[in-house]
Amino acid sequence: MSAPLLEVKNLRVEFPTRRGTLLALDDISFDIAPGEILGVVGESGAGKSLTGAAIIGLLEPPGRIAGGEIRLAGQRIDNLPYEQMRAIRGRRIGAIFQDPLTSLNPLYTIGRQLTETILTHLPVSAEEARARAIRLLQETGIPAAEERLEQYPHQFSGGMRQRVVISLALAAEPELIVADEPTTALDVSIQAQIISLLKRLCKDHGAAVMLVTHDMGVIAETCDRVAVMYAGRICEIGPVHEVIHHPAHPYTSGLMGSIPAMDDTRERLLQIDGAMPRLNAIPQGCAFNPRCPQVMERCRRDRPDLSDAGRTHAACWLHAQETAT
Amino acid sequence: MTALVKVDDLAKTFDVSPPWLNRVIERKPRQFVHAVDGVSFSIHKGKTLALVGESGCGKSTVARLLVGLYEPTRGAVFFDGQDTGVLKSSAANLRGLRRRMQMIFQDPYASLNPRWKVLDIVGEPLREHGLFADDAGLRTKVGELLQSVGLASADMEKFPHQFSGGQRQRISIARALATQPEFLVCDEPTSALDVSVQAQVLNIMKDLQRQQGLTYLFISHNLAVVRHVSDQVGVMYLGRLVELADKIELFARPRHPYTRMLLDAIPDIHMSGSSRTPVQGEVPNPLNPPSGCAFHPRCPHANARCSAERPVMIEKDGVRVACHAVQEGRI
Repeated sequence: MSAPLLEVKNLRVEFPTRRGTLLALDDISFDIAPGEILGVVGESGAGKSLTGAAIIGLLEPPGRIAGGEIRLAGQRIDNLPYEQMRAIRGRRIGAIFQDPLTSLNPLYTIGRQLTETILTHLPVSAEEARARAIRLLQETGIPAAEERLEQYPHQFSGGMRQRVVISLALAAEPELIVADEPTTALDVSIQAQIISLLKRLCKDHGAAVMLVTHDMGVIAETCDRVAVMYAGRICEIGPVHEVIHHPAHPYTSGLMGSIPAMDDTRERLLQIDGAMPRLNAIPQGCAFNPRCPQVMERCRRDRPDLSDAGRTHAACWLHAQETAT
Repeated sequence: MTALVKVDDLAKTFDVSPPWLNRVIERKPRQFVHAVDGVSFSIHKGKTLALVGESGCGKSTVARLLVGLYEPTRGAVFFDGQDTGVLKSSAANLRGLRRRMQMIFQDPYASLNPRWKVLDIVGEPLREHGLFADDAGLRTKVGELLQSVGLASADMEKFPHQFSGGQRQRISIARALATQPEFLVCDEPTSALDVSVQAQVLNIMKDLQRQQGLTYLFISHNLAVVRHVSDQVGVMYLGRLVELADKIELFARPRHPYTRMLLDAIPDIHMSGSSRTPVQGEVPNPLNPPSGCAFHPRCPHANARCSAERPVMIEKDGVRVACHAVQEGRI
């Protein structure tokens, strides 16, 4: 296996507030190989978008990286000065956000936004940039690309806008794309189009993708590996098929059981009682222990770390014991 | 079995014309959106009908027409055999009707008054309909309602901001149940919730239906959820029903090309690795819908007849479909 493109080690993100420091991300570690698609799932507030924001260097103040490191192709990028990070963002890391309407400037034509991005990052002439912009739009399946260049974002539909955002992210041929809920704002029929487009383009361009979403279905058909997050920590990570069919962490099993599937005949869905804890009230020990059906004495006391759980890696004492004995 | 709710040729047109001055000076024409256009269905007592479709297909408008938040442009809604349009002419009748049908909204953050305590929120329908004897009676009643949706009686002293999204949606359900309605209209009740919380809310709704014999109209864009909760499913496209069938039949043998497309488009967690067949095209602008069958520009089976003539709903083997290709036996 080749060296990982992105390495995240023991990442910690804090939000200092007047009532004390909130630990939003705690000890996050994972890596992404070149050309790999890693899915990050979790419920609202689990910290999945924050992980993406920390990687592209767009944490909203007062949030800050308090520990750990992020490496892109071996180079540390979490402590770079603003200007240097700016040169990497867009050039080597592309970003796609949830709402295509807010990620485009409503006052500029699509063509201007695309050529500007290309000219900023690549040493090409204005004509070349324009030709490249047209090619990008065609690649993402926008008909009549040449005329579309002269139009403004409001003249595009939701699905078309997301295609423009994808071509913007791909404009400078980045090695890594961070896609934060790229299909959440779209209808299912459009969602299928965008997902297959994203998958195809990343394969063609050889880009690695970190796909943040709460939709397990999207993860299942897109990703190679998946990380499940809960209350600011990764609770399970592994190949997508194993995590879905043989989850090791009780939270992952609960999450899978609560999703109504097209082929199930259950009268009732599995339910995890309670809700995810707030950041200022994360329980001692394993953060999931108050909701866990298999809770043990040790879970309330000590916090489990990610360890080998057979087919996947899980942060759970159930599996730590197995490996110890 | 009798139908509790019957909807006959329901239609709602919204006037979206530019202001009068613009029409005069710029010679702009009047414009209308046919949000709902000739929808008919009936729901039996104790059953759930789900309406599915993509954004802008008119499913929420149907919900609002049913509970009387909009006046229908055409057609009628019958509740328990009575025409609600006629009932509305008398305030007393309308009150009685409102007591028997309630609605749960999509956004649990916007549908609860942030300045009211849960006691007031859940107690308001009771107060409005005079359903309690005294103050102590109100508190007991609200407490019981909160317990029936899995909250504690003590929660009645709290404000909405002290609850999570799922708990707020339970408060909305408790409020809707306060008047002991027979019919609940649920407009995307779980779309704003996380999956684990969605499972809690769906389980509560199913339990309540079993205990109290409730009838639901369930609006959703999530077909997997619809498959879980419903008995019958209606698929809408641009303001019209294109297919209406029994749940099992619809998911096993979808007839209409749009239904097939929707089913193909669902990501399924058990089919990891396989990709969906993406459909070409997008939902057309409802201001300027295509001629004939509204789906024909995206339909793989469309021919000349589809672009010229609008198909009507025809029932065959208990399934109602509006499609020329199906009726001609081409697919």
